[in-house]
Formats: sequence, C-alpha cells, structure tokens
Amino acid sequence: MTDVQVRPGPGLVAADGVPPPIRRRRKWRRGFTAWLFMLPLIAVNVLVVVGPSIATIYYSMTDWTGLGPASFIGLDNYRHAFADSAFREALIHNFEWLGLFLVVPGALGLLGSYLLSQIKRFQILFRTIFFIPYVIASVVNAAVWQNLLSPTTGIGPHVGINTAFFGNPSTSLMSVNFVVDWHWWGFLAVIFLAAMQSVDPELYDAAKVDGAGRWQQYRYITLPGIRPTLVFLGLMTVIWSLKSFDYVFIITKGGPAGSSEVVTTLMYREAFNEYRAGYAASLGLSLAFATAIVLAIYEILRRRRGWES
Amino acid sequence: MTLQLARRRVPSLFPYYVLLLVLALFVLTPLATLLFNALKSNAQIGANPIAPPTKFTLSNFSQAWTDGNFAVTMRNSLIICLGSMAGVCVISGLAAFAMSHLDLPGRGGVATYLFLVSAMPAQLFLVPLFFTWTRLHLVDNLFGLILIYWATDAPFATLLLRSFLLKIPRDFLEAARLDGATTLQALTRVVLPIAAPGFLTVALISGLWSWNEFFWAITFIHDPNLRPVSTSFLAFQDENSANWALISAAALFMVLPVLVLFLVLQRRFVNGLTAGGLR
Repeated sequence: MTDVQVRPGPGLVAADGVPPPIRRRRKWRRGFTAWLFMLPLIAVNVLVVVGPSIATIYYSMTDWTGLGPASFIGLDNYRHAFADSAFREALIHNFEWLGLFLVVPGALGLLGSYLLSQIKRFQILFRTIFFIPYVIASVVNAAVWQNLLSPTTGIGPHVGINTAFFGNPSTSLMSVNFVVDWHWWGFLAVIFLAAMQSVDPELYDAAKVDGAGRWQQYRYITLPGIRPTLVFLGLMTVIWSLKSFDYVFIITKGGPAGSSEVVTTLMYREAFNEYRAGYAASLGLSLAFATAIVLAIYEILRRRRGWES
Repeated sequence: MTLQLARRRVPSLFPYYVLLLVLALFVLTPLATLLFNALKSNAQIGANPIAPPTKFTLSNFSQAWTDGNFAVTMRNSLIICLGSMAGVCVISGLAAFAMSHLDLPGRGGVATYLFLVSAMPAQLFLVPLFFTWTRLHLVDNLFGLILIYWATDAPFATLLLRSFLLKIPRDFLEAARLDGATTLQALTRVVLPIAAPGFLTVALISGLWSWNEFFWAITFIHDPNLRPVSTSFLAFQDENSANWALISAAALFMVLPVLVLFLVLQRRFVNGLTAGGLR
C-alpha cells in the first residue's frame, strides 16, 4: 500500500495533527480488528447457544417428535403445560427445592465464613477443606451419599433407622437436596469470607471503640458490608434452583413416582424418552423465561437501591 | 484504663475451633468413607460402613480398573479435558483481549451478554442442539462434546480473563505496536506472558468443569468406548449396584487427579471459582 500524503487545508487539522476522516477510518479499523478477535467466541456461541435457542422458540410451537417434520400448532404446548399435572408438580418441587437451597447452604455458608473470619491460625486449612466437595464430581458425591444413606448398606441400619431416604416418596426430594447442600455450602462460605475480607477494617476498629461486641459487629458492619454479594448469590440461587438437574437425575431420576421430579428432569424425559421434543422445547423456553424475569427483577432492584457497590 | 484493659479478657477462640472442626468433619467423614471403602472388602463395609479398614486390600482398584474400562474412559476424559482447556483459553483469551485492550465497540453490552448467556439454563437450547448435533454427526463424537464445552465455558472464562487483562497497562501494548508488532503479536508476546497466571486459572477451571461435567456428557455420548469418566462411572455404579468397595475404588480414579491438583493449586482454583460470585 502506498502512502498518499494528504496535505490538509486549514481547519481540517485536529489537535493531534491527524485529519478527522483518517482518524475516523482508523477508529473504524480498530473496531473491526477488535470484533475479529471476538469472532471465535461469537462463532461457537451462535452455533451452540444462540442458534438453537432461537430454534427452541419455533419448535416450542410445534408437535415435533425430534425426528422428521414438525407441524405448527401455535400455543398448544403451553396450554398443555398449564393443564399438565406432572409439570405443575415438578414446578412445586422446584419451589420447595429453592426454599431449602436458599436456607440450608446459605445458613451454613454464613456460619462457616463467620467462624473462618474470626480465626487466623488454620484459616487456610479449614477454607480448603470446606471447598473440597465443590471440586468433586456430582456423580461421585451422589455415590458417596447413596452409600451412606442406603437402607441396607448405609449408616441407618447401624443406628436403628431403615428409611430408604432416596427411595421413599416423602423424603426423596429433601434427601437429594441435602446432598446438593452438602456439596455447595463450603463454596458459599469461601465466597462470603472473600467478601468479608474486603470490608473496610477501620469500620470494625470504630465499632470496637464504641464498645460493640462480636455479634453487633457482625450484624451492623459485616452483613451490610457483604450485602451486594449476598443479594447476587441469592439471585443466582433462584436461577440455580430452576436449573438443577444433575443430582436429581443421577440419584433418583425424578422418582419414585415423580416425588423428586423437577422441571429439568421432566423436560429431559419428554424430549428423549417420550419423543415430545416440541413440548420439551416449550418447557425449556418457560424455564428460560422464568430466569429472565428473575434477572430483570434483580436489575431493577440493583438500580433503584444502588446495590452495585 | 490500663487496669480495665487488663481485666477484659481476650475472648477465647476455643468454641470457634470446635465448631470449625465439626463442620470439617461433616465434610471429610463422607469423603473418608470413600477411601476406606475402596480399601475394604464388601463384607467389611456391610459390618460397618464408616470404620477404617482393618485388613487392606488393593484388589478393588485393579478389578474396578479393568471392569469399568477405565483405561479407555480416563483417556477420553483427558482428551476432552485438554481440548476444552486449550480451546477455552484461546477463544476467551482473544475475546478478553479485545474487550480490555482493543476498544471493542459496544464492550459494555458484550459483557452483559456474556453474563446473561452463562446464567441462562441449558434447557433453553438443549433440544434443537441435540438434533442439530445428530445431523452433523457430532453426537458420540468427542469433538462434538468439546465444542459444547467451548461455547458454554467461554463466556465465564472471558469475563474472568478480562479482569486479569484490565490490570495490564495499555502503554505496554502501545510500546509493542511502536516496535512494529501486529495486534496478535502484541497479544502473544506482551500480554500472554504477563497474564499467564490468569490463563492458568482459566485453564484449571475449564479443565475441572469438563472433567466433572455430567449433563452434556450423558446426553451427547452414548457409545461406551467414547464415554468420559463421569458417565462411565455412573454406568459402572449401576452394573455393580451395592458393591461399594468396587464403586468407591472407581470413584477414586475420578477424584484423585482433581484432588491432588486442587490441593497443590488451591489458591488459583478458589480465586478463580469464587470470582464469579463476587460482584
């Protein structure tokens, strides 16, 4: 490329000596280069996520089986979902799951992080231990508890309990949720601890001068200090509760008799066992829609209350 | 004043350590049974499921290894893991670089988009993705699974890497440019060496996720010879139901590599994994 010397007339030269048209072109070229670097991410994202997501919108309005052609049936799938007692029951289970998943790991996580924040010696050791279940595969964590809670080979028979925790319809959902809580709370404790450590230490010194005890310091400085983290994780917990699949699928497959069925496992069966791909798509889209609502509520609250920092 | 200070005893930390120990036992006891069971015979487990072994046996490991076809499935998992790590590092490295150093137009929107994508449930695109992958012969194909991991892990990895790259001053890049380096050379020769810890963190996390991953693996890999350890372990568990000695030995094959890496590099794992939760 030959460089053509442009001699700009008066009034065309900007402060840095580059004429505006060239500057604009340079800026455009820089932007183009930047998007070129984004290209691989966008390519795989469109192929795997965006494209199929858009297709879901269409298929959710068809009677597609997953094979062959699909015919358009409007909103029938959604009408069917509203009337479907299996779906309604699964949705209720999701809400029960959410309640447990907010309270149990949240409380244990807060307790763990508080205890960790009060000590110096062995803090790293305990933190590491609490974190371990989070890095262990779901299939293994599930197997560990299937063994321990088994009515024949587990701890139960040795202490006089022979409930089949996972096999009894009245305990199956709670028991699966317990395994998830067990693997999850330590992760929360570590996140809360990291958030606590970024709270301004001068606030604690000031509180001590005022004679505040440990609990008062925790209540009036620590908790407000980590509020953005608490709120954000609360939001994510709602979303994770909607999405939860692995442990239910691995341990009970939604059974017995649908007693631990959640929307994701129901949808999975509709898609791959019952060959109702169109109906499954409508359930998947409903789930995404619920997620979007939760995110929107969070965004509104965050803007209105200034939870950003 | 001095007297008062002296009289106010420093509160003992003893109860804190007791409670921490209780929580630690709550975590470690179930995991310890995994190790104990793998070293016991099935009859010993039936006698007491949480006691340490009295007679050690290593036969569970050799039997589980051959019965569960672990030579093949560990290899599959390793391929998936390395492929996913490498791809995620490249894809999100390029993207994070564009967002942090190249004045990407609309980068604020891109960041929001990446967050939304990683928050959305997989069920949103699962059904059409499966049937598209079937048509493209990417079901029962390790690369097909790796491709999914690239797409699902890269958004989080990009946001994480961007936070590392933002710490690198732009002057470094300008200096490289003045020396005649192209943008890509500036990335590989200037940014990459400085941001190596960030890339290591991202590699570890995407490696961990793909090693442990279950949902996509069970949906997209059905051929027993192509299965990764997560789904082959589940199949092994079904075949040997209630033989917890064998199942525990098999579980350790899957857990030990992760656990060793985690304990050695735990600060990187913890910082990277909790970064998403700190907002």
